[in-house]
Amino acid sequence: MTIQFNDESFRDDYTFHNSDWAIKRFPFPFHEDSYMYSVNMEQHRGGPEGSVYEMRFDVDEHYVSEMKDRAIVLDQDPLRCQSLPHMTLAGWDLLELIMVSKSEDYPDLFELHRNGNQWRWINKPLGIDHSFTFMDETTLPYGPMEYITRQAQGDFAVLDQRDEMLWMDAGMVTTQADWSLDFDIGMNFFEWHAPVPKAHEMGIFQRALKFLLNIQQGAPARRLNWTMTVNPLLDTSPENYHKWGIQKTTLTPENIAHKQHLRVELQTFFRLPRSNALVFPIRCYLCSFQDLMTVPKWGRRLHRVIRDLPVELATYKGFIDNRPMMLDYLSQFDDGLPTSPGIWPDLETEPPLSK
Amino acid sequence: MSKFEFPKSIASRPVWGTLEVRQGEHHLMIAEAEGAEAVLDIATSDLMAKTHLIYIPKGTDYSEKLQALNPAQFYEGPSYEAALQRIRRVLEDAHMGLQVYLTGTEGMMGQAMNEVMAVGLPHTAIQTEHRGSTARRMQCVHCKGITEDVEIDPFVCSHCGLNLFVRDHYSRRLAAYQGVRVDAEDHGNVPEPKGIYE
Repeated sequence: MTIQFNDESFRDDYTFHNSDWAIKRFPFPFHEDSYMYSVNMEQHRGGPEGSVYEMRFDVDEHYVSEMKDRAIVLDQDPLRCQSLPHMTLAGWDLLELIMVSKSEDYPDLFELHRNGNQWRWINKPLGIDHSFTFMDETTLPYGPMEYITRQAQGDFAVLDQRDEMLWMDAGMVTTQADWSLDFDIGMNFFEWHAPVPKAHEMGIFQRALKFLLNIQQGAPARRLNWTMTVNPLLDTSPENYHKWGIQKTTLTPENIAHKQHLRVELQTFFRLPRSNALVFPIRCYLCSFQDLMTVPKWGRRLHRVIRDLPVELATYKGFIDNRPMMLDYLSQFDDGLPTSPGIWPDLETEPPLSK
Repeated sequence: MSKFEFPKSIASRPVWGTLEVRQGEHHLMIAEAEGAEAVLDIATSDLMAKTHLIYIPKGTDYSEKLQALNPAQFYEGPSYEAALQRIRRVLEDAHMGLQVYLTGTEGMMGQAMNEVMAVGLPHTAIQTEHRGSTARRMQCVHCKGITEDVEIDPFVCSHCGLNLFVRDHYSRRLAAYQGVRVDAEDHGNVPEPKGIYE
């Protein structure tokens, strides 16, 4: 399949948009009509053809524009990409994983030619044709992690594993749901998750850590997470919150359909071979309410989930003030009919809206 | 003086201990302000004869009492910043087995802990005890500037001037809590400041 890359922006005039193809493959995060935290891990070994689960690192129509947005963020704030000194080997591991995966999964877009340590990497969408020496940093324009993650959608947290614990010791973080790599770098798994309400008491993080520590090479895992974002803004960082926070108050009943976005993270976890580090790509997908409502099942379900979400979670996810307006809008798309289990749109089998 | 009981908080917030005498040939104590009382509480002549004691008064006056303990070495510095070069010099010579005692404000203990770890001593060699002011060392997440000794919430960032609220999220690397603009979603609507633990 040839992807038509959008020319679009994730800031200022917000020309970001999803094609019909992108809407239908959007990773809708609710498998039932309610939501609570869980360790919802599964093996990341492909998925339905064309879905975001199919490839190891999904490439979609937003790829080129997202990489431009990342470059803007890094120009303004280089602290979004950091790697503690002992993490360079993990950076090479990650570079190899992404280059091998993309060249195998998208041979028409990416090519990797290896002759010993002499590597040639061709990235057609970004117009890169670069020969370098694997494991020799002087042959790359950036460190290995930064080099490859400037060419891969989603944020990347690279976690060192020692003392039966994971440590956030490197990362590329420009599309985050309000957490700061610069502040959290060096923290352990429990520390960087400390601000999340409820989940600690529920034992979520203890179980998740146990699972993650045991991830083996060649057997990656995945889960979905979600939040809400007003405007298709990728860089919802705490660093810039003093600038973007005010955008939440620009929501009105007239503009909510195209301004309010469901923000979904496809989180995957890969063991890295040389460093034994764990890489944690956090891929962000955005979809406007009006586009989501074109799928009747999602319309019914999103209304029910948002309506019944505990106040604490709606507060933590930052949309408690806008929830009544969201519900006014979403309730138009809920006719009370039952929904089929699972996240898929089921357009062929689910009834149209009868309201 | 009674010790302040910090309310139960999130997992990134440090938990401070109570100093106790440990075995060892070499001991380094850094006492800031009322931290001097924690040293006085555990001091024995045998321990102090093997101790380099660094005291940062910050407006308190324990100097005579501390010197009366006859520490092997005694230094009084006007501020942590002023004492820092000396602390680094002492740590340069530190041998495995050095026991470190830090007592005073959270900001001082957090920063000094990083200095100790930086020379490769294990965290198990460090003891801490909070005494005195409960003020916090805060990092502005927006401009990255550090504001020392913050007692109120919200407070004004001493670098960029934004009004920040005080989070419990704490970075050991920065030895600081995180401050975030309080009126980001309603510019100018800044709540009346109150004490952090009020």
